[in-house]
Amino acid sequence: MLSTDLRPSREGYLQGLLDAAEIDPRVLVIDGDVGRSLGTQAFRERFPGRCFNLGIAEQNMACHAAGLALEGFMPFYATYAVFAVGRALDQIRTSICNMALPVRIGGAHGGSSVGPDGGTHQALEDISQTRSLPGMTVLVPADAAQTRQAVLASLNMPGPVYIRFGRNPVPQVYGEEWPVVSGRGNLLHEGRDIVIVACGSMVAPSLEAREVLLGEGVDATVIDMVSVKPLDGKLLMETTGSAAGVLTVEDHQVTGGLGGAVAEFLAVNRPLPMRMLGVPNRFGESGTPGELMGLFGLSTGGIVTAAIDLARSRG
Amino acid sequence: MRRTILGMIHDAGSGHPGGSLSCVEILVLLYHCLMRHDPGNPAWPGRDRFVLSKGHAAPALYAVLADCGYFPVEELSTLRRFGSRLQGHPHMQSLPGLDCSTGSLGQGLSIASGMALGLRLRGSSARVYCLLGDGELQEGSVWEAIMSAPALGLSNLTAIVDNNGVQLDGRTCDIVPVEPLVDKWRAFGWNVRRCAGHDLDAMAKAVSGIMTGPSVLIADTVKGRGVSFMEGDCSWHGRAPDDGELADALAELGPC
Repeated sequence: MLSTDLRPSREGYLQGLLDAAEIDPRVLVIDGDVGRSLGTQAFRERFPGRCFNLGIAEQNMACHAAGLALEGFMPFYATYAVFAVGRALDQIRTSICNMALPVRIGGAHGGSSVGPDGGTHQALEDISQTRSLPGMTVLVPADAAQTRQAVLASLNMPGPVYIRFGRNPVPQVYGEEWPVVSGRGNLLHEGRDIVIVACGSMVAPSLEAREVLLGEGVDATVIDMVSVKPLDGKLLMETTGSAAGVLTVEDHQVTGGLGGAVAEFLAVNRPLPMRMLGVPNRFGESGTPGELMGLFGLSTGGIVTAAIDLARSRG
Repeated sequence: MRRTILGMIHDAGSGHPGGSLSCVEILVLLYHCLMRHDPGNPAWPGRDRFVLSKGHAAPALYAVLADCGYFPVEELSTLRRFGSRLQGHPHMQSLPGLDCSTGSLGQGLSIASGMALGLRLRGSSARVYCLLGDGELQEGSVWEAIMSAPALGLSNLTAIVDNNGVQLDGRTCDIVPVEPLVDKWRAFGWNVRRCAGHDLDAMAKAVSGIMTGPSVLIADTVKGRGVSFMEGDCSWHGRAPDDGELADALAELGPC
């Protein structure tokens, strides 16, 4: 399923915006002086009256998006995820979520994908920050095609939506035909022994890990939980009936993100042994994304090790 | 109006009398003179919009909205109570007549600017008014909006500063001064007017006339205006009068 042809997910975000604007006159784009980085300058050229650059002022962006939404528009504002969410968290909470406004927040350069810029620029808390907000939908697509689909799907979702995507080229998990649905994860492979639940850039290495695990005698289910909130609890119940446990994998702090969401669900509905891969209560540092993934145990090898540990825990 | 506001806060047992009393004339001017709006059709698309960025002055706004007929005057006594449509800070999903929910200082002007941009995109001639407190101007995000609104060329946006000079902990000038306000707003590219904020005629004159770009009125007001023991006293920023204090205040304010 994985294509060796790498593409950055941000390309999918831009394509999604262009396609969304063609079909939905409510769509506007708000830039925060990263238009050249995200490619939204192409949007400005195609839809010059529907794109506004508010400069380096994330709080102002979030509230302008709220104001535009109050007037019937569906603004997409995007900047680097660490600032799009963290810098404007109170604005997102009080001025967007509190009024259940249809603002779409694009969190670019999510996770460790902005590697060399270092810890200040690596968004590792954005999923937990957005997931805790009432009414917020949180989508973490795995590749460019799914990011485009997430943008298009968000047109029909109620309330605010956060879409987190990465900077660097990643393997293509999907063809364009896989739609994103709120509250729906994608079952990519069924296996007998354990269930791996991943999101974003961790889906591709999870699929690679599955192949390695087969050689180790472990047959893993792989789920892409693109909709972190609402979580696909039905899919978790359907796939974990005979599993030894669940392994979550995310390029995010190990607390409060996908792993936390899955753990919350399973603790109530089907307590199972779990292993949670993520960034362990620390900041990132400069390095290539590959080096950082290795440091955090988020490599294919790290997933394999954790999966074997989980599979053998049943004894 | 002041009698009503103090009675509401007294009955609620909590609230913000000082900053509510300072903006009474501003709100009366907006809702009874300046703004085009229709209490019989709160969602009328052509209405002028109002954002109470200093959301803690909600009792004053509620009193004016009830006076206009957006909801029964009798409902004012439910302020801050469980199940009430009159939340401690404005909540637009609950109450007709509100154009925006607010409560966290420093956000309203950005929202109002976004609304003004949206109205312009739709070709609407409606205006957006936004009321801020002077202490609120210490929030840095306000200055992001002050910087961007002229860049967006929003001639349909009017900000009003309820410049009562007092914030929760004391006088604004003793904490972090915000003056000179006229020079600051003007330097950021706004049309600036300044006048007494309890003088309806002066304010109406100050905001009249078509101007290019966004406009701001610095309305010099008195915190706790109308009740001598509240005026200029920061201890009345956020506490309700007890029975005796209410009686004294009402006696001073005189009959309706």
